Amino acid sequence: MDTFNLLMGGFESALTPINLLFAFAGVVLGTAVGVLPGIGPAMAVALLLPLTFGMETSSALIMFAGIYYGGMYGGSTTSILLNTPGESATVITAIEGHKMAKAGRASQALATAAIGSFVAGTIGTALLVTVTPIVVKFAVSLGAPSYFAIMVLSLITVTAVLGSSKIRGFAALGLGLAIGLVGMDPVSGQKRLTFGFAPLIDGIDIVVVAVAIFAIGEALWIAAHLRRTPAHTIPVGTPWMGKEDWKRSWKPWLRGTAFGFPFGALPAGGAEVPTFLSYVTEKKLSKHPEEFGHGAIEGVAGPEAANNASAAGTLTPMLALGLPTNATAAVMLAFLTMKGIQPGPFLFENEPDLVWALIASLFIGNTLLLLINLPLAPLWAKLLKIPRPYLYAGILFFATLGAFSVNMQVADLWILLLIGLLGFALRRFGLPVLPLILGVIIGPMAEEQLRKTFQLSSGSVSGIWSEPLAVGIYVLIAVLLVLPAVITYIRRSRGRHDVVAEAVLGEVADHPKHKAGVSGTTADDDERENS
Amino acid sequence: MSAVNTAKKKRVELLFAAFLLLVGIIVFVDASQLHATYSQADAIGPKAVPYLVSGILVLSSIALSIAVARGNLAEGDEGEDVDLSQPSDWKVLVPLLGFFVLNLLLINWAGWVISGTILFFGVATSLGARRWALTAVISLVLAFGSFYGFYLGLGIKLPAGILSGVL
Repeated sequence: MDTFNLLMGGFESALTPINLLFAFAGVVLGTAVGVLPGIGPAMAVALLLPLTFGMETSSALIMFAGIYYGGMYGGSTTSILLNTPGESATVITAIEGHKMAKAGRASQALATAAIGSFVAGTIGTALLVTVTPIVVKFAVSLGAPSYFAIMVLSLITVTAVLGSSKIRGFAALGLGLAIGLVGMDPVSGQKRLTFGFAPLIDGIDIVVVAVAIFAIGEALWIAAHLRRTPAHTIPVGTPWMGKEDWKRSWKPWLRGTAFGFPFGALPAGGAEVPTFLSYVTEKKLSKHPEEFGHGAIEGVAGPEAANNASAAGTLTPMLALGLPTNATAAVMLAFLTMKGIQPGPFLFENEPDLVWALIASLFIGNTLLLLINLPLAPLWAKLLKIPRPYLYAGILFFATLGAFSVNMQVADLWILLLIGLLGFALRRFGLPVLPLILGVIIGPMAEEQLRKTFQLSSGSVSGIWSEPLAVGIYVLIAVLLVLPAVITYIRRSRGRHDVVAEAVLGEVADHPKHKAGVSGTTADDDERENS
Repeated sequence: MSAVNTAKKKRVELLFAAFLLLVGIIVFVDASQLHATYSQADAIGPKAVPYLVSGILVLSSIALSIAVARGNLAEGDEGEDVDLSQPSDWKVLVPLLGFFVLNLLLINWAGWVISGTILFFGVATSLGARRWALTAVISLVLAFGSFYGFYLGLGIKLPAGILSGVL
C-alpha cells in the first residue's frame, strides 16, 4: 500500500490548477510539434526542452511528461495521414494506418490509435508503478561490475542486434563514445579531447548533442533532398469508431500492451520488435486476415498500443537504473540531469516527491492527450500542410534558439553546427542515430562504473566478472552476438526463409543493402506473402 | 545505376571510412598524451577507455572500407519530405549553412531579434520560399515573438545586441 500512498501524494502535487495547466500546455505543444512532418518524438522533445529551463523542477517534469506522450501521439498521426513514419517505432502503424486513411477510414484509424495509446499508456504506467520499485530494490544491491555489464549490454544490443548494419552501428557507437569522452575526466582531472578549447572542458552538453543530431542533422539532410511536390495529405474529420471497430480493437490493444511493456522495460528495449510482433500476432489471430495490407484496424490498434506500452516500459530502466534505452528516453535523461536530478536506484529514495509527481503526471498527461486529441485531430491534420521551406527553416530557427539558451554561449552553436553536420553524414552514410546518442550518454556512465569496478578489485581484471549477474549478462551478450550467425547457418542448411528471425535480428548476410532493418523487412515480406 | 555512379558512391563512402579512421587516430593520440599516475583508487586511469573507443573507431573504419569495397553501399535515410532520386543539392545546402554561420557571427553583436530574423528568412529562401514579403513578416514575428516569449514567459534573456535599450 506504500506505493499507492506515494502515488496518491504524487497526484496531489500534480493536480494543482497551475500544474494541470503545465500538463495541458505540454500535451498540446508535444502533439503540435510531434505531428509536424519530419519531426519524430525524440526531436519534438529535444526542441521543446528549452521551454522548461526557467521552470521549477516539479512543474517542468509535469510539462515534460505531457510533451513526451504528446510527441509520441503526434508521430502516429503523421504516419497514418502521410504514410511517413517519423521514427522506426511507428513504421508498422503506418502500414495499415495509411491504407485505412486512403480507404476513407482515417477517422477510425486515428481513433483506434488514440484510444489504444491511452489504454496502453495507462496500463503501461500502472505496470511502471508496480515494477519499478521492485527493480529499484534489486538495483540497490547491484555493484559496479553489474552496472557496467548492463550498460555494455544495452549498447551492444542497440548497436549490433536492433540495427540493420552492424558495422555502421559500431561506427556510430564509436563516434558517440568519442563525443562522450570530451571534457575533463572526473576521476583524474585530465582534459580529454578538448584541444585547448576552453568551452569543451565541461564536456559537450547532451541537450546540444541531441538537438544537433536530431534537429539540425535531420533538417540539413532533408534540405539537401527536399521533395519539390510535398506528399499528399488526407483530410480528416473528428476521430470516431463504430461498434464493430471497438470489437475489433480492444483485444489488439491489450495484446499490444503485453508485447510492448516488457520489451521497453528491458535494458535493451526498443519499440521495433514489439510493434512488429504485435502486427504479426494480430494478422494471425484476425478474423479478417484478408484485410491486412488493405487497412485492417487490428494492424493499427495492436502496434500502436505496443509502441506506447513500450514507451512506458522504457521509463523503468530509465528511472530505476538511470539507463536510457531509446532516443526519447535519452533526451529525457538529459533533461533530468540538467535539472540536477541523478536518475538511478537512489532517485526514489532521494527525491520521492518528484518521482511520484512525474509518474502521476504521466497518467494525467495520457488522459489529457485523449481528451484533447480526439476533437483536435482535424486541426493537427492541417499542420501537415505547412509549407516545407517554413517548416525546416522553423526547425533550424528553434533548434538554434534551444541550443543557445542552454548556456548562452556562441561556442555551443559552433558545436551544434559541427555535430549537426555529423548528423547529416550519419544519414548520408546509413549510420544509425541511436547507438551514437546512447554512446554519448551511456559512455561516461559506463566508464565510471568500470573504474569503480577496478577500484573495488584493486586493479585486478577479475573484478569485471566478480558478480553473478555480470557473468550472466556477458553470457547473454555472447549469445546475442553469435546467434545471428548460427541462425544464418541453420537457415542456409535448411534453405528456409525465416521471416521472424530475420526481422528481429536485422541484417543477416543475404540482405546486404536493405536499410530500414526491422521495418523494411516487414513491409517487403508482407508484400511477398500477399503476392 | 551506372557503373560510374557506383564507383563514385564507393569513393565518397571510403572517404567517410577515412574520416572514422582519422577520429580514431585523434582519440588515440589525445589519450596517449594524458599523464596517468598509477593509483590504487584508479587502476585503469583516464587512458583505458579512450584507447578502447579509438579501437572501435579504427576497427569499424577498416570493416566499413572492406564492406564498401565489396559493394555494400549505404542507402540514405528515407523520410516524408526526402527525395532520394536526386543527389544532395548543394545549391540549397551551401547558402543554408552560410546563413546558419552568419547567425553565429551576428547573434551577440546584433542581437537575437536581428540575427534570428536573418536566419529564418535566409534558410526559408534557400529552401525555395518565394513569397518575400510573407517570409519576411514570418521571420520578424518569430524572432520578436521568441525574444519576448523567452524573456516574459521563461525569464531567459536572449542577447539584445545593438537593439538593447530599444527592446
